[in-house]
Amino acid sequence: MSEHEVARVKVGIVSCSGEEIPEGTISRLACRKVLDELRPGRTVTICLPLFIAAGQEERAFTAKFPTITVDGCAKRCAQRSTEALSGKPAASLVISEILCAEQCNPPVNRRNLTKHERMIVDVIAEKIAQTVDEVLS
Amino acid sequence: MKMPTDKVVVIPCSGIGKVYGALSREIAYELAERVRPDTVLLTCLPLLMIADEQATQLVTENPVITIDGCPLGCAHKCVESRGVEVAKTFQSISFYVAHKDHKPEGVAELDETGRKLAAIAADELAPVVDELAGGRVK
Repeated sequence: MSEHEVARVKVGIVSCSGEEIPEGTISRLACRKVLDELRPGRTVTICLPLFIAAGQEERAFTAKFPTITVDGCAKRCAQRSTEALSGKPAASLVISEILCAEQCNPPVNRRNLTKHERMIVDVIAEKIAQTVDEVLS
Repeated sequence: MKMPTDKVVVIPCSGIGKVYGALSREIAYELAERVRPDTVLLTCLPLLMIADEQATQLVTENPVITIDGCPLGCAHKCVESRGVEVAKTFQSISFYVAHKDHKPEGVAELDETGRKLAAIAADELAPVVDELAGGRVK
């Protein structure tokens, strides 16, 4: 399969790393769930800071794949960094906004997640998977 | 040269694809939440990528420890990209090399052995934090 053909069947997911905030942990875990369980084979990822640390190949990530950014908070680091260093994402999700729309209590832990926080991971993962399908449709 | 401060900023790898990225992050959480909760501050690495004013001020005014998950050294490079000198830099794999009986597993989240290794690593880093917090290391 050529590089262009791969790009038509895969979506790049760029997650907020959010070490400082609980929503960052939600973002990382939800993205991994999509990559490993919900849409394996149809999604790839790149570490966000690799855009700075690595070379042109990483910076051309969005040229190779349509990209979904997943941010933990309204500062939208993933979206803004991707736009600045690689290209415009096909879709951008913000966890705090999704939780607000779903009237869901926000997470409070950065690790050792509670049952409620695990449920949030599942909700966000499903939202990302749905967005993957929309981008590929 | 930074002025002496009683806070130390720890910035781990942001990776979500490798076990040593997860180990870096867990070491940072151990330092910030258990080992030195009154001293260690965390900030999101990507905040530095977008030149967030508050995050940039934090790493400019306080000594910074980076803990990277792979040789690409994203955490170290991102801090330096803001014109800030990193006080101490580590790679999380070095803690496994020193404690081969604790092989970490897990990418999204570490297994129990990985969490134990993170706790050991954080304990070993405590003197480094204390020295930086005392302003004796520039």
